[in-house]
Amino acid sequence: MSAQNGTGLRSYKLKVWRQPRGAAGGKLVDYEVSGIDPGMSFLEMVDQLNESLLKRGEEPVAIESDCREGICGTCGVVIDGMAHGPIPNITTCSLRMRSFPNGATITVEPFRAKAFPIIKDLIVDRSAMDRIQRRGGYVSVNAGSAPEANATPIARDVQESAMDSAACIQCGACVAACPNAAAHLFVGARVRQFALLPQGHPERNERVLAMVEQMDAEGFGDCSNHGECEAACPKSISIENIATMRREYMRAAVGKR
Amino acid sequence: MSTPRFQLRSSIGKKLLNGLTGVLLLLFIVAHLAGNLTIFVGKDALNAYAATTHSLGPLLIVIELGLAAVFLVHAGSAISVWRDNQAARDTRYMVSKSKGAASKQTVASRTMIITGLVLLAFLILHLWQFRFGPTTPAYQTTLPGHAGEVWNLHLIVVETFKNPIWTALYVVVMILLGFHLRHGFWSAFQSIGALNPKLRPIAFSAGVVFAIVIAVGFLLLPIFVYLAPDPNAGVLGLVKP
Repeated sequence: MSAQNGTGLRSYKLKVWRQPRGAAGGKLVDYEVSGIDPGMSFLEMVDQLNESLLKRGEEPVAIESDCREGICGTCGVVIDGMAHGPIPNITTCSLRMRSFPNGATITVEPFRAKAFPIIKDLIVDRSAMDRIQRRGGYVSVNAGSAPEANATPIARDVQESAMDSAACIQCGACVAACPNAAAHLFVGARVRQFALLPQGHPERNERVLAMVEQMDAEGFGDCSNHGECEAACPKSISIENIATMRREYMRAAVGKR
Repeated sequence: MSTPRFQLRSSIGKKLLNGLTGVLLLLFIVAHLAGNLTIFVGKDALNAYAATTHSLGPLLIVIELGLAAVFLVHAGSAISVWRDNQAARDTRYMVSKSKGAASKQTVASRTMIITGLVLLAFLILHLWQFRFGPTTPAYQTTLPGHAGEVWNLHLIVVETFKNPIWTALYVVVMILLGFHLRHGFWSAFQSIGALNPKLRPIAFSAGVVFAIVIAVGFLLLPIFVYLAPDPNAGVLGLVKP
């Protein structure tokens, strides 16, 4: 069995973006890791790198993570030029080292966007997304207690479709992958999630206007329909959400607020 | 925080403008190609087409001004979007790769601003050569079934495309137009929210067909005029001296 396909331990050459806290720029620094089990996650590989850096008395690589099971949206780096790495529809923490042939050179960079300033190394400040969320990514009217099940019928496919949009974990991969650093997929998913359901309707027009206004103010780019966001999204959120946001925006132009 | 409003200069507003004008330009380009095809019938067919267009009088001026406005809004919104996007990523990736699968990213989608600016420069040249071409007595001719003389647009076309440099330039620009339309066709409809999950893959694929049909349709004309021994006779002029 060849080293590439085997289950034996692997070695990699890493090129990791290092940028000290508060610095205006950074650079790719070369590292080597060995003794990597193919079943290890990408983050565990970085943990191992950091252990060896600490032993050598060097500064470990700053990288963000929390749940490590693809739910929280905290982790996320650009690996070999792709947000969350080469495997579609997963987060960085769910990426396994078996996806990289033994001896491969792996480049690791932070998510890059003007609206995501780099804090340190691979960690970026994504609070711009929180500020957009705060402008309307919720229902503030009193929707009451659970209604009688058949009082407001919602078709099964509409429920599922709203859930598909609500699956967004706000990881920022759409922004990172977009050639324009646009946040349209994230905002589109938030807008669509509420536009499909009756609870979202009272604030429907104001929501899309406010969230788009905040998105533009944060310095995200404009969508050119490259569709790269959908390819990078760990939750497979479709650019249909962006089309819906545009329809909602037009609707809000004529609707009452 | 002030009450948010619908704004055409928002990121969404600019794409609504760009998409709407894009759809109108798709219609225009089909009409333009249909008019061009008369040259394959012959000299009189093209001149009759030109004479009919000119007979619209003031209405033609209104249409032309409207068209100019559509072009300007399309180019203006696109340049504005491009500038926003340049600013939105101040540090480039050292390594960048498409993730494929669901991605709609193509060479065409990444070069829209370049092909667009080339087309804008071409448009000015093209209007200067043909729309505002010479109208001296040497460029007047008769038309069967038409009293008096009409503008000999056909002569200008033949004089232009007997020159291999103009023919080559037009062919190259029409290939770039094809690239612009490959992304522009489906993207225009997506930008105005006209696509749903069923229509999107159809529009995306149809963009390839539309781009090839339009580009080839347009670039056949200069090649035909350049090669035909007697372009006055239309396609028959290719074989008859």
